[in-house]
Amino acid sequence: MDKLLAQIRGWLAALRPRRFPVQLIQLGVIFAVVVVAVFLLRKQFIPASFGELGHYRTAAVASNAALEPRYAGWQECAICHFDQVEIKNKSYHRTVSCETCHGPASGHANDPIELSPVVPEGRKPCLACHGYLASRPTGFAQIIEERHNPVRACVGCHDPHDPTPPEQPQECSACHNTIARTISISHHAPLACEVCHQVPPEHKQHPRAHLPRKPFEREFCGTCHATGATPPSELHGVDLTLYEIPRVDLSTHGGTFVCWQCHYQHAPEAR
Amino acid sequence: MGKTYQRREFLAELLNFPGATILLGVVGPVKLLAAEGDSYDPTEHYYAMGIDVEKCIGCGKCVEACKLENDVPDEPFYFRTWVERYTVFTDGEVHVDSPEGGIHGFPPIASDKEVLRTFFVPKLCNHCDNPPCVQVCPVGATFKTQDGVVLVDGDYCIGCRYCIQACPYGARFLDPRTHVADKCTFCYHRITKGLLPACVEVCPTQARVFGELGDRSTPLNRMMRMSHLEVLKPHMNTEPKVFYAALDGEVR
Repeated sequence: MDKLLAQIRGWLAALRPRRFPVQLIQLGVIFAVVVVAVFLLRKQFIPASFGELGHYRTAAVASNAALEPRYAGWQECAICHFDQVEIKNKSYHRTVSCETCHGPASGHANDPIELSPVVPEGRKPCLACHGYLASRPTGFAQIIEERHNPVRACVGCHDPHDPTPPEQPQECSACHNTIARTISISHHAPLACEVCHQVPPEHKQHPRAHLPRKPFEREFCGTCHATGATPPSELHGVDLTLYEIPRVDLSTHGGTFVCWQCHYQHAPEAR
Repeated sequence: MGKTYQRREFLAELLNFPGATILLGVVGPVKLLAAEGDSYDPTEHYYAMGIDVEKCIGCGKCVEACKLENDVPDEPFYFRTWVERYTVFTDGEVHVDSPEGGIHGFPPIASDKEVLRTFFVPKLCNHCDNPPCVQVCPVGATFKTQDGVVLVDGDYCIGCRYCIQACPYGARFLDPRTHVADKCTFCYHRITKGLLPACVEVCPTQARVFGELGDRSTPLNRMMRMSHLEVLKPHMNTEPKVFYAALDGEVR
């Protein structure tokens, strides 16, 4: 009996776990603390959504995409301004977006009454693309500003939505090209030929049989250039009030000579 | 013996049949709703840009639009995109200028020397497939998205400037207001809404073409198919996704 009990005690002793060395237990505790600390620090310092798709915060994609567009796109403009867009899309400006000239228009699209897009004025906005630069591709429509109808606004002849050059100015210059070139760089460039010349319609078919009329008296030039004269404020679409017209007293200036004996009307500033 | 139908009669009767009308009435809008309800899935896109150098007129509209769209600082040395003018003289000298990034256009060529050829090159972040800026970022604040766009995480960037140094194209800058790196995002907020990047939207000559790689029958695909394409600094193995057509050998 005792023998049996002793044997059972022996078996139990063999089953009882052996005591770990105290060094191993200490090491285990330190290891556990480090694991927990690393886990907590990672949780603290690595932002949410980091590493979901790659080595970055996935939330950053959404924050980049959340910005509001300021350029609405021409399709948005076409919802209301379909007539203008239709004209433009058939013209040489078909590749030009509305907002290229009119500026960012998201605000206008969202609040059409309060916010208006820019309406470009003067020659400068057109010259940004159409002013001559050697570096521009060959064949792109370019003008030399000083020679191409100086001081006249582009929109006077070219509709920006359909800028095909109008036929009209070429009618006189087709034959009188020397005069057209001279006057184009003079102060008289804004004046259409018809301001001074009355041209009978038959002149185009039979130029010598039906001559245009030329001014033949000093008083004709005096309608603009005499002191106290009141020229029309607007002439063939040109706002004359923008220009400082030189004035002379017709009774004393030039004696008995007529104006064109000293001044060439197509380049009056030439000496 | 059944009735023989003409096609017109058959279609008319089909539409008169109540079941068919209901079916068409329900299925049509449901399909439309399903198409509209689909949110943006970045795995279905892979963006790229094509630039036709022969079409660029150097008007600077793209630079202006980029600054306005993305709130880039006004000072003339912060650009997400800019335009360079290359002038090759007959004596072999190459002159590159970009006054204020080309935002106000370009003055006439200043030199009196005889010009051999001259052209404009628009530049921007190349959204490399193998981006060096992403490799060097120590915190993972710049990354390539699933749709192939390289973005900056402005909230997480520490402003260490490593990425600015690493970019071979000079496409990055440090925003003076936030002191974090900034660069072209292909207008990520626009393209995910189905709009074009601002520079592409305003380009008057279609010198810039935006689209997706692998998409057939798109302007970009056509442009890439019809042009001899080059990328900037191919020896860097950055695999840019901005492709240049008619690029001159002098362009760096």
